[in-house]
Amino acid sequence: MCAVRGLTKTYPALRGRRGVPAAPEVRATDGVELDVRRGEIFGLLGPNGAGKSTLVRQLTGLMRPDHGTVRILGHDIVAHPERAARILAYLGQESGALDELTVSLAAETTGRLRGLDLRQARAERDAVLDELGLTPIAGRPLKKLSGGQRRLACFAAALVGERSLLVLDEPTTGMDPVARRAVWSAVDRRRAERGTTVVLVTHNVIEAETVLDRVAVLDRGRVIACDTPAALKERVSGEVRVELVWRERAPLEVAEVAALEERAVESGRRWTLRLAPEEARAVVATVTGGAAYAALDDFTLATPSLEDVYLALGGAARQGLVKV
Amino acid sequence: MSVVPAGVLPGATAVQDGGAGPAAELGPPARLWPSLAAVYRAQLSRARVARIPLLFVATFQSIGIMIMMRGVVSGGSEAQYVVAGASVVVVAYVALNLLAQYFGQLRASGGLDHYATLPVPPAAVVLGAAAAYASFTVPGALVTAAFGSVLFGLPLGNLWVLAAVIPLAGAALSGLGAACGLLAPRPELATLFGQLGMSAALLLGVLPPDRMPEAVRLLRDLLPSTYGVEAYARTFAARPDWVLVFTDMAVCAGVGVVSLAVATWAYRRAAVR
Repeated sequence: MCAVRGLTKTYPALRGRRGVPAAPEVRATDGVELDVRRGEIFGLLGPNGAGKSTLVRQLTGLMRPDHGTVRILGHDIVAHPERAARILAYLGQESGALDELTVSLAAETTGRLRGLDLRQARAERDAVLDELGLTPIAGRPLKKLSGGQRRLACFAAALVGERSLLVLDEPTTGMDPVARRAVWSAVDRRRAERGTTVVLVTHNVIEAETVLDRVAVLDRGRVIACDTPAALKERVSGEVRVELVWRERAPLEVAEVAALEERAVESGRRWTLRLAPEEARAVVATVTGGAAYAALDDFTLATPSLEDVYLALGGAARQGLVKV
Repeated sequence: MSVVPAGVLPGATAVQDGGAGPAAELGPPARLWPSLAAVYRAQLSRARVARIPLLFVATFQSIGIMIMMRGVVSGGSEAQYVVAGASVVVVAYVALNLLAQYFGQLRASGGLDHYATLPVPPAAVVLGAAAAYASFTVPGALVTAAFGSVLFGLPLGNLWVLAAVIPLAGAALSGLGAACGLLAPRPELATLFGQLGMSAALLLGVLPPDRMPEAVRLLRDLLPSTYGVEAYARTFAARPDWVLVFTDMAVCAGVGVVSLAVATWAYRRAAVR
């Protein structure tokens, strides 16, 4: 479906000017290799600045890579970026082009610009708005909607005028659970009926674990792992995540707690530890009794998530991923 | 939440197709005229929502200028330039200034990605937006022209010429505005270029050319809106020289084609970086 080979893009170094500090050159994508199969939901997971959006912009023909190839359904997107628009639908993070249109006109116009005639565009618009539950707000401008509703309206526009590949950059940002469900059932329906493929950018770990068939974990422009979420979690299955939240500060006078300090990832009053199960049990016994318990506000014990995979694989950002 | 396993999907048998097989058929491209119509309609609707207050500003500004000039200019050919110039300034305000701002913002906010990932000809996006902004100036320009003619006692009989002058001057100025917005590296600069262009159209269009120094007159000849002003100003004469009127309009049209072509090129350049 989509094959990416050796994709590299370097942003040039910025010279410092007044008020703007100099920045070294950045490899936004660094030799990325991917194979997306037909009909799967393929995720790109990573913290902000990992290169997800740059990668997606190169997949959609919006940005020319320095090196490497992108082939989608047999078409060379690097040589013919204009073909991307006829193969895929892209939902970017910005809604600027549609903001002042009504939901209905945004969907209809997008459909017409995707090559539908007026009658088809209107029929598809009505079907998609109905499917996503947007019909009651069809006459309102996107600008007047809440963030989640606006996102859903943009998603609707992306669905009008069928495409065999959907590239969605954080589609559910700001959405309530009802809207999220509408998004994923619309995606599933298209997969089941037409074999639609989805490339999804996310930094939401829970969403990644529940909706993705396979996921590529990105860090500083490189793919550090690519597999099913279950197989990735298998790699750290020998570990348990313990999170400790202290009331004011960690009771370092307790020797067992002091010994843990260097293994913990600290974020304010929160310590995150990845431990073998028996170690975790010992830690829980320590902190739930005696002096340490008096200083403890909360603790959780959990099986590893994709976030732990990211950290275990050497991911650089300590808290870039969201768990909502 | 995804309940459909990838293995049972239609066509999922060729799992490792890797994009290397024979090229699949592409979706249909959007043709020029239908997509131009769609962009025009969408732009007109957003202009209706967001730009009506600005249109009032544009009209009142021109009317204010004419009232001011009434104290300086008594009548004759000078009055003709004032009225024609003030009418075209309405077009310049919306088509040049506002369109430069719009495209500047769209480019800076990443809004161009939306159009760039649709199979639409670049010309349709630029022409659709330019046409919408230009046609949005029609009521303001008409009101200004009618008010000015009454104020300076000029004949109203050839007001219909505006039907040609507005689209032609509109095309030239909105092409210029769109190009400024798309080429400016930052949205503030796009706004600045738009404002400067409008100031130029105001000063060089409204003031009678006879008293200008040679250098300024040359600058005036370079500004596309000048030919619209000239064409309209000529029609106030008792017996207008229609050949000159249509020559001016032809120049305006030529500049319009060039400036829209430049804007289309600028759009292509801005869309894929």
